Amino acid sequence: MKKLMSGNAALGEAAVLSGCTCYFGYPITPQNELTEYMAKRMGELGRVFIQSESEIAAINMVLGASVAGARAMTSSSSPGMSLKQEGISYLAADELPAVIVDMVRGGPGMGNISPAQSDYLQATRGGGHGDYKTIVLAPGSVQELTDVVPLAFDLADKYRNPVVILGDGMLGQMMEPVSFDDIKPPKEYPKDYILTGAKGRPARMVRSLLFDTKEEEEHNWKLVRKYQRMESSEVRYETYLTDDAEMIVVAYGIGARIVRGAIKRLRQENLKVGMIRPITVWPFPAAAIQEMAKTVHDFFVFEMCAGQMIEDVRLALAGKGHIHFYGRPGGIIPTPIELYRIIARHYYTAARRKK
Amino acid sequence: MTTKTIFSGFGGQGVLSMGFTLANAAMLEGKYVTYLPSYGVEVRGGTANCTVVVSDEEIASPVASEPEFVVAMNQPSFARFQSILQSGGLLCVNASLVNTASARSDIEVLAIPTSELAEKLGTIKVANMIMLGALIKASSIISFDAMIKNLAELLGEGRSKLIKLNREALETGFNYVKE
Amino acid sequence: MKKAYVKPKTLKEAHFHYCPGCGHGIINRLLMEVIDEMGLREKAICVAPAGCGMLLYNYFDIDTLESAHGRGAAVATGIKRVRPDNLVFSYQGDGDLAAIGTAEGFHAANRGEPISIIFVNNGVYGMTGGQMAPTTLKQQVTTTTPLGRNPILAGHPVRICEVFSMLDGTSYLERVAVNKPAAVIKTKKAIKKAFQCQLDGKGFSLVEILSPCPTNWKMGTIEACRWIDEVMAKQFPIGVVKEIS
Repeated sequence: MKKLMSGNAALGEAAVLSGCTCYFGYPITPQNELTEYMAKRMGELGRVFIQSESEIAAINMVLGASVAGARAMTSSSSPGMSLKQEGISYLAADELPAVIVDMVRGGPGMGNISPAQSDYLQATRGGGHGDYKTIVLAPGSVQELTDVVPLAFDLADKYRNPVVILGDGMLGQMMEPVSFDDIKPPKEYPKDYILTGAKGRPARMVRSLLFDTKEEEEHNWKLVRKYQRMESSEVRYETYLTDDAEMIVVAYGIGARIVRGAIKRLRQENLKVGMIRPITVWPFPAAAIQEMAKTVHDFFVFEMCAGQMIEDVRLALAGKGHIHFYGRPGGIIPTPIELYRIIARHYYTAARRKK
Repeated sequence: MTTKTIFSGFGGQGVLSMGFTLANAAMLEGKYVTYLPSYGVEVRGGTANCTVVVSDEEIASPVASEPEFVVAMNQPSFARFQSILQSGGLLCVNASLVNTASARSDIEVLAIPTSELAEKLGTIKVANMIMLGALIKASSIISFDAMIKNLAELLGEGRSKLIKLNREALETGFNYVKE
Repeated sequence: MKKAYVKPKTLKEAHFHYCPGCGHGIINRLLMEVIDEMGLREKAICVAPAGCGMLLYNYFDIDTLESAHGRGAAVATGIKRVRPDNLVFSYQGDGDLAAIGTAEGFHAANRGEPISIIFVNNGVYGMTGGQMAPTTLKQQVTTTTPLGRNPILAGHPVRICEVFSMLDGTSYLERVAVNKPAAVIKTKKAIKKAFQCQLDGKGFSLVEILSPCPTNWKMGTIEACRWIDEVMAKQFPIGVVKEIS
């Protein structure tokens, strides 16, 4: 059965159904409905909910809950995510699972509360200090936002690593019909690292301080190997009309959805435009783009920011092909018609160049 | 077909619930639908608006830069949103509060005296449902009969006492608009 | 013959890294004595800080998490909410609790989280080399107050117990010291009381321990112990600050 729900509330329900037993959050627009939803639902279910004194406290409560063995989540939006980075770095270093939701808004600084995609680099490069990565899932509809939640908890447990769900203000605020029929709690992994009190076993310690540089290097290589496993196993993306495409748009999240509308119009005029939509923006579908570059010359990157994912596309193409770019920073959402016009213009320019 | 409607007015006029009811009714009819509220700092007394897109196919954007329909429940909303209405679009105004003298000449204006009609039903609170009935008659975005049939579900649990009143309000608006 | 002095079972066979005359070693040992005597080894979860106390997991044979600087109370909150039946305590220094982690400590106290904080107040940032702490006394010389702490420029020493006592969520707050045998015995009793307060579900407890740091105070070890009584305890009066029965 479908229900008309906002992305924020739907994500909350999906977290509840995924077996999230602890939620910690601090109010910030445009994700407040998620915190409010969790306050109500976690209370009803006798699970843990705390409105923390700050985003810093929230992420550290997540860390505490995670080290105690719970499935824990926090959520925020851009300025709050900056504050959470310290804790995310510790979660990664301590190898603790957690799910962190970021409903991105315009920035830098206070910015505004409109939807944006300007925190791509923060999310995909670790975001805090040190050599670490987080898996970053970037859904494009309320249903997909819901569907990635059990996946996020599963990946977090599987790799013992924080996982970020990268949404935006629009995805959080908009309502769409959503079904929870397929949301099942992910499997439980053996947790031989959690702190429960050293009953009938040697004491455990969970830490990231490794004074011995050799030990620290070994630990970091171990993390790197884990990230390499993620890169080889966890890349997720969707292609749309790429088979005969002469130009491929790279876009994610809500941006990709608008691109889809633009491509429908472009196709009506026989412009052979397709799209690759990364669902994991880290690990990035670089190999898929490289494969496409064997037959396609023109790649068009669209982002609701001044250009961040374009760096990953550049790295993937490694000098091959030609990259076109259109960005709208500052919380502005372009229309499908606007994108249709821009992409068409670039398409014709590219066609002339080829002649 | 894809139709985009912006509902606008004072906070407290039931503008968001109008949009939510339409979106919900469209969903129950099996259509693709998105509902996007404006989320500002003011809650009451300020302007409120939301955008509802209803379609037979996947919806690319929940934002309507050039909507086919605008509902304006007060003067500031009329001024703000008539300018972005598509040429040939329909502007449903709350004639009880809005002076439409400055309306664009390339759009259709449907004036509904919602306050007066609502008072006949005994409460100003249903002015929004009267307007929604009128919009559905004039736009055919969704099936009116299906909506009436789903009314209990649309109003939600614990509101069964309100079904009759809301039904009357929707019908009042629907019947006010001539073919 | 009965041994008068034995190492607590829960204290590992390791040499403390602390400087000569430092109070941390005494406090570490007291904690493990209390854990042993109360039979809490299999129940205890310790949150270690950043600072001189950060390596205590090398000494404590109990489950331990190392927290980020200042976040001990938030992390302990997360653990305790998941495992209400465990004894959860956070070990924090003055920079950790009274500067960078004030918000986390204050709000855990205000929520009445049933956790215990062992707050080691030695008036300086020890591990980083003796900089001014929020608890540094007026006119006290540190590496960042070379002319002595001038309250007009650098503020006043923070009395955490008194500040926290204003919060309705706190149940037991006591200030003690480890500068002489009688004080050490009192400190041990205070730690026991704090843990018992937690086990009894009474709420938030904190023991503030005035602890000598001869290295950074630039004093001899005995001089440092005397200075606690003669100078430090004037700003930070010893005794129970709050106790809800």
